[in-house]
Amino acid sequence: MKKYEYTEKKDTRSGFGAGIYELGKTNPNVVALTADLAGSLKLENFIKDFPDRYVQCGISEANMIGVSAGLTIGGKIPFATTFANFATGRVYDQIRQSVCYSNKNVKICASHAGLTLGEDGATHQILEDLGMMKMLPNMTVINPCDFNQTKAATLAIAEHNGPVYLRFGRPVIPIFTPADQKFEIGKAWHVNEGTAVSIFATGHLVWEAIKAGEMLAEEGIEADIINIHTIKPLDEEAILASVRKTGCAVSAEEHMLNGGLGDSVAQVLARNLPSPLEMIGVHDTFGESGTPDQLMQKYGLTAANIVAAAKKAMKRKV
Amino acid sequence: MELQQLENTAIAVRRDIVRMVNAVNSGHPGGSLGCTDLLVALYFDVMHLKTDADGNVVFDMDGQGEDLFFLSNGHISPVFYSVLARRGYFPVSELATFRKLDSRLQGHPTTAEHLPGVRVASGSLGQGMSVACGAAFAKKLNGDDTHVYVLMGDGEQQEGQVWEAAMFAPHHKLGNLTAIIDLNGQQIDGPTKLVMNNRDLGAKYEAFGWNVEHMEGNNMAEVVSKLKEARKDAEVPTMILMHTEMGFGVDYMMGSHKWHGVAPNAEQLAVALNQLPLTAGMADY
Repeated sequence: MKKYEYTEKKDTRSGFGAGIYELGKTNPNVVALTADLAGSLKLENFIKDFPDRYVQCGISEANMIGVSAGLTIGGKIPFATTFANFATGRVYDQIRQSVCYSNKNVKICASHAGLTLGEDGATHQILEDLGMMKMLPNMTVINPCDFNQTKAATLAIAEHNGPVYLRFGRPVIPIFTPADQKFEIGKAWHVNEGTAVSIFATGHLVWEAIKAGEMLAEEGIEADIINIHTIKPLDEEAILASVRKTGCAVSAEEHMLNGGLGDSVAQVLARNLPSPLEMIGVHDTFGESGTPDQLMQKYGLTAANIVAAAKKAMKRKV
Repeated sequence: MELQQLENTAIAVRRDIVRMVNAVNSGHPGGSLGCTDLLVALYFDVMHLKTDADGNVVFDMDGQGEDLFFLSNGHISPVFYSVLARRGYFPVSELATFRKLDSRLQGHPTTAEHLPGVRVASGSLGQGMSVACGAAFAKKLNGDDTHVYVLMGDGEQQEGQVWEAAMFAPHHKLGNLTAIIDLNGQQIDGPTKLVMNNRDLGAKYEAFGWNVEHMEGNNMAEVVSKLKEARKDAEVPTMILMHTEMGFGVDYMMGSHKWHGVAPNAEQLAVALNQLPLTAGMADY
C-alpha cells in the first residue's frame, strides 16, 4: 500500500488562483471573469498583471455566463468564476442555451462547493451542482482533490476545446498529489491498489478515502482507491477494472446522492457488472451552518463513514 | 445596395416567412414580418461581412474583422433564416426544411446543426445581449474595430438578465455595440402594456448610460440611415428603439398579438402572398 503524507495544507480555490495566474502568463487568449468575488476566487495576481483580460461583471451571474459565451466568438477562452451555487443553479438556463447547446469554449470555475463552505449555511452550500452540470450535453465536469490537482486541472481545461465545469472549495486540506502532475481529463487516478473493496472518491473526499484505506489496512483489508476527478466523461474502464478485482464498491463525494458520482458509478455497474455499491454523500437534504469538520461529521462524509460503508459492501458480496 | 433593391428583397423575405410557417403549420410570422426591414438593411447594406474574392459571403465562428449580428428573440427565426439564405450563407432551397426533422433550420436558431450565419443558440429569452456584450468585448481585446448588433423583443425586456447586460455594456464602454428593441407592443398573452408594462424604455436605457435613438422600423430608408449613424465612434453603446408593426406587410396580421406564433392556413397564405407581389428578378424559394 502506498503511503500518502503531506507537509502543507491549502485550499483548492488557491490551486485555481495559481493556475489561472500561470495561464495569464502563457495563454494570451485566457480571460478571467467574476461576479464580485475576485478575492474569494483568488484572482488577485491575474488582475494585477493582466488587467485588460479581467472582466468584472458585478453581481450579475446570468450576464457573466452570456458574456463568456460571447467572448469565445473572437477566440477568447473565458474563465467565469463565482461560488458554485451561483455558477450553476442560478444560471442553469444560461449555461444550457448560451454555453452547452451552443458548444462554446467557456470554463465555469466554481468555488465554495459543498458543505465545507461552512458557516454561511445552506443558501451557499450547493450539493446539486455536479448533477446539474453532468446532465448537460457537451459539458465536461471536473472535481479535483487538492491544491496541486486543482492547479493542474485549471491548466488542462484551457487546452480542452468545449464547455467545462471545474468545481473546488474553500477549506484548507492536505496537499498530497504531485506538484508536477499532468492532468488528464477523463482519466481516473489510481491512488492505491487493493482487492477487497473499491473506493471511488472525488474532491475533498479523496483524502478521506486515503485515510479510510489506512484504517481498513490495519484490519487487513486492502482497498482499491481511485480518485475520480472527472465526473464526466467518466472513466468507466477504470471503474469496471477495479470492481472486476474487488467485487464491491463504495462511492464518496461531498454532494447530493441524487445526481452525484455515486449515481454515475451505479449506472456503469448496473449496465456492465452488477455489484454491491454503498454510497457516501448527502441524503436528500440541505446543509446548515457549522464548521467544515462538524458538518462533514454530521452528514456522514468522513473516513470512518467510508470504512463502515466498505465493510457493508464487502458483506453484500455473494 | 440601392433602396429599391432592399425593398424588393424585403418583399421576397416576407413571402418566405409566410410560406415557411404555413408549410409546417407552426412558427412565428408576426415578429418576423415586423423585423424584416431591419434584417435586410443590416445584411444587405449596413454590415461589413467577410466575403471571398468573388464577393460571396464566407462564414467562420470567430467572426474577427467583420460585423456580427445576434438574434436574441430567437422565435423570429423565419426572418433570420430567410435573410441569411438570400445573403448567400446557405442555399435558399433549404428554407423548405424549416422546423422539419433533421433540418439545420431548427424552430429556434442553433449552432448545433452548424448552419452558417448562426453564432449562438437563442430562444430562451434575455440571453442575446449578454452574448453580444461578450463578442463586443472580444473585439476590443482583439483591436478589431468592426461592430456588433443585437436584436431583442420588447416583451423580452421583462427578463432580468437584459438589465444585467444593460448595466454591463456602458460600464465597459462598449461603443462598438448597437442593440435594437423591436417595439411592436405585442407579446404572446396580449399587448405588452397589459401583460407587463415596460413603461419608458428609452428613459430606462438612458439612465443606464446608453445613447438612445428612435427609428421607424418599417421604413427602409430610415432604417438604413439610422443604423449607419449608430456606427459612429462612441464610448457608449447605442440602443435603438425600433417602432414596428407586428405582421407588417400582411393586413390581417398587422397590429395584433394573435399572429405572434400562429401560421396562416392555405387560404390565408394566398391572401398574404397576394399582398406581397414579387418584383422583377426576385423569386420564391
